[in-house]
Amino acid sequence: MNSRLINWFKFSSPATYYPLAGRLVPLFSVIALVLIGVGLYMSFFIAPTDYKQGEGYRIIFVHVPAAWMSMFIYVVMAVWSGLGLVFNTRLSAMMAKALAPTGAMFAFLALWTGAFWGKPMWGAWWVWDARLTSELILLFLYIGFIALQGAIDDPRRADRAGAILALVGVVNIPIIYFSVKWWNTLHQGASVSITKGSSMGQVMLWTMLIMTLGFWAYSIAVSLARVRSIILERERDTTWVSELPEVRG
Amino acid sequence: MSLSEFLYMGGYGLYVWGSFGVTALFMIMEPILVHRRRRAVLQRVSRIVRMKEVER
Repeated sequence: MNSRLINWFKFSSPATYYPLAGRLVPLFSVIALVLIGVGLYMSFFIAPTDYKQGEGYRIIFVHVPAAWMSMFIYVVMAVWSGLGLVFNTRLSAMMAKALAPTGAMFAFLALWTGAFWGKPMWGAWWVWDARLTSELILLFLYIGFIALQGAIDDPRRADRAGAILALVGVVNIPIIYFSVKWWNTLHQGASVSITKGSSMGQVMLWTMLIMTLGFWAYSIAVSLARVRSIILERERDTTWVSELPEVRG
Repeated sequence: MSLSEFLYMGGYGLYVWGSFGVTALFMIMEPILVHRRRRAVLQRVSRIVRMKEVER
C-alpha cells in the first residue's frame, strides 16, 4: 500500500479530530495575529490616500475581507454539510455548526462596514441594491441555520435539517458574487477579478489580501476552538472524553 | 502627522473608525465567548463524568 496516502476518514473521527484541532488553534491564532497586525499597519500607514475617496476608502481593508469570508465560510459550511449527508459522519455536522456563528459575524460586519462606507460615498446607509440585499439574505441564512439547529432537540435530525438548509442556501453565493454584473447596482463592480486581474493599486491590493488571509486564519482558529466544545458536549458519554486530562483535572 | 489628524481621517473619522472599531470589537469578543463556552462545557462534562464514576 502507498504509505503517502492519508486516510482522511481517520480524521472524521471526533476522537482524532479533537486533539488535532487543539494543536491547530494556537498555530492559526498566531498566523492571524501577525497577518492582521501587518495588515492594519499597512491599512493606515503604508496604503496611500485615494485620489477620489480620500481617507474614507480605507474601510475597504475590513469591508472586502469580511465580505469575502462571509461567502467563503458559507461555502465551506455547505461542503461539510454535504459530506455529512453523504458519508453520515458526525464530525461534518459539528464543523458546519462551528462555522455558522463566525460566518454570520462576517456577514454582519460586511453589511455594517458597507453602511459606514455607503453613507459618506453614496449618501445613504442602506439601499435595496442587489449586492446589499443578497448579502443580507446570506446573514439571514446563517441565522436561519443556527436557529433551525437550535430548535430541533435530536442532534442527528438537527444536523440533517441544517445540512439541507445550508445546501439549498448555497445558490445565494453566486448571486452575491455576480450581482454587480447581472443587475445595475449602486455597489461598485469587482475590484479584483479572476479573469481581468486587479484594477487597484499594488499596495492597496496587497493590504487587502493580507487582511483577508488574516481573517481566514482567524476563522480557522475560532471555528476549530468552537468545534472542540461541540465535540465535548456531543461525545460526553464516550470513554475517550472521560479519559481526557482536561476533563479529569 | 499628529494624532488628532490621524483620528480625523480627512473628515471620514466617524466612518473609518466606526468600521474598524466595530470589526475589532466583534473579532475580540468572539474568541473570548468561545473560550468561556469551552470552560463552561469542560465544567459540565467533567461533572457528568465524575457523577458516573461515583455511580459505578
